[in-house]
Amino acid sequence: MKPQSCVNIKKEWDIVGARQLGRDIAKKVGFGIVDQARIATTISELARNIYLYAEHGQICFEVIDNLEHKGMCMIAIDVGPGIEDIGQVMEDGYSTSGGLGAGLPGVKRLMDEFDLQSEVGKGTRIKAIKWLR
Amino acid sequence: MDDTVKIDVENYKELMKRYIETKDEQSLYEVEQVSKSFIKNHILPDEIVNMHIQALAELYPSLSEDIQSSMNFLLEAMIAYGIAHQEYQMLREKQSELKSEISVAASMQETLLGTIKPEIEGLDIGVISVPAHQMNGDYHHFVKGSDGSLGIAMADVIGKGIPAALCMSMIKYAMDSYPEEAMEPRAILKNLNRVVERNVDPSMFITMCYAQYIPSEHTLRYASAGHEPGFYYNAEKDIFEEMETKGLVLGVTPDADYGQYELNIHKNDLVIMLTDGVTECRDGDRFIESEEVLSVIRQYAHLPAQEMVNQVFKYFERLQNFELRDDFTLLILRREV
Repeated sequence: MKPQSCVNIKKEWDIVGARQLGRDIAKKVGFGIVDQARIATTISELARNIYLYAEHGQICFEVIDNLEHKGMCMIAIDVGPGIEDIGQVMEDGYSTSGGLGAGLPGVKRLMDEFDLQSEVGKGTRIKAIKWLR
Repeated sequence: MDDTVKIDVENYKELMKRYIETKDEQSLYEVEQVSKSFIKNHILPDEIVNMHIQALAELYPSLSEDIQSSMNFLLEAMIAYGIAHQEYQMLREKQSELKSEISVAASMQETLLGTIKPEIEGLDIGVISVPAHQMNGDYHHFVKGSDGSLGIAMADVIGKGIPAALCMSMIKYAMDSYPEEAMEPRAILKNLNRVVERNVDPSMFITMCYAQYIPSEHTLRYASAGHEPGFYYNAEKDIFEEMETKGLVLGVTPDADYGQYELNIHKNDLVIMLTDGVTECRDGDRFIESEEVLSVIRQYAHLPAQEMVNQVFKYFERLQNFELRDDFTLLILRREV
């Protein structure tokens, strides 16, 4: 596993920076343009959640390259209010952004692996992986 | 798989090439079929744009970089649509799951609350009960006593759908548990009132009418808990009379008392029991008057009772453009001999 590269998310502008870094990594790993776009969208969603709801947080990228798999892992970690009802935010049709954003269910569908841990009052950690096919 | 067009970049490219060369309608018709099969196979818009980009690159290897970039830009613009489409797809699946669950519940309700229209010598009975939605919040039940009497319960939960339907099962099972000697109308309502008061949310109300016909005496005893009043048709005088009742809706106070009334039923007289789904039928924005219900009943009064209620229902169903706003239950008794 390659070392992580991380982007701090404080301002809306940082979302663009995270997308840019993520897309560059995705290109290097060898993802096509559809997957690049989906990875960028995932980064947007994760970073927007930090920007909108958390005090601060960061998005980290890891390239996974072992014997079986090649892919890319995105980890969003924030210090924030946490998610009270995870079942609800993972439900289709529920979105605090008014149904326009992909929301976390959308992210889960775009990615191959998805994991969420959250503690109320402490923060949230979301991990998403896309495998190269 | 007959009507799904096989779609890959190669096919798409050939089709597009043909169209660019000929500009014919045939190709456009074919791409319409392709488009449908994209939807059928859950191909997302960004993937379609990608297919287009690849086909374009193969057909025009020297395509300007600006145009290529513009196509990538389009692909990004389609991403959110793709996600929204997937969400919509999921919600559709969930909705059809819910629908089938409700229809299972509805048929279970029919089994639980089912009642058989009894055959009683000298009495012609017709009844129809149609829910506005899948589940019925109206309830009617026949009880044949060993003394030859016929008990008829009719109830309406204020409200529609699943909560109303659940409530009705409770009424039925409470009633089933009463011993036959307790089957006097006012006693039944008094008992049920206590059951409802204890077990049902205060925001929910049940109106009910219980009638008992005694064939040997040709009398009808009845009591009502705030239920839509029924009608008595006096054949000799050829007039309809509203059946007098007084009584509180079930579940308001723990110890309500109910008045009991008695009617002598003569040959060819009718007893009409109904729910407010009948009297509150609407013609456009106008609520119909109860005279209108009676005139429709009169119109079909020459028919056997079952035929009569069926025809009355058909009349009001049509009047309301085949969209019931409330559950509709109508029951008619006629003394034949």
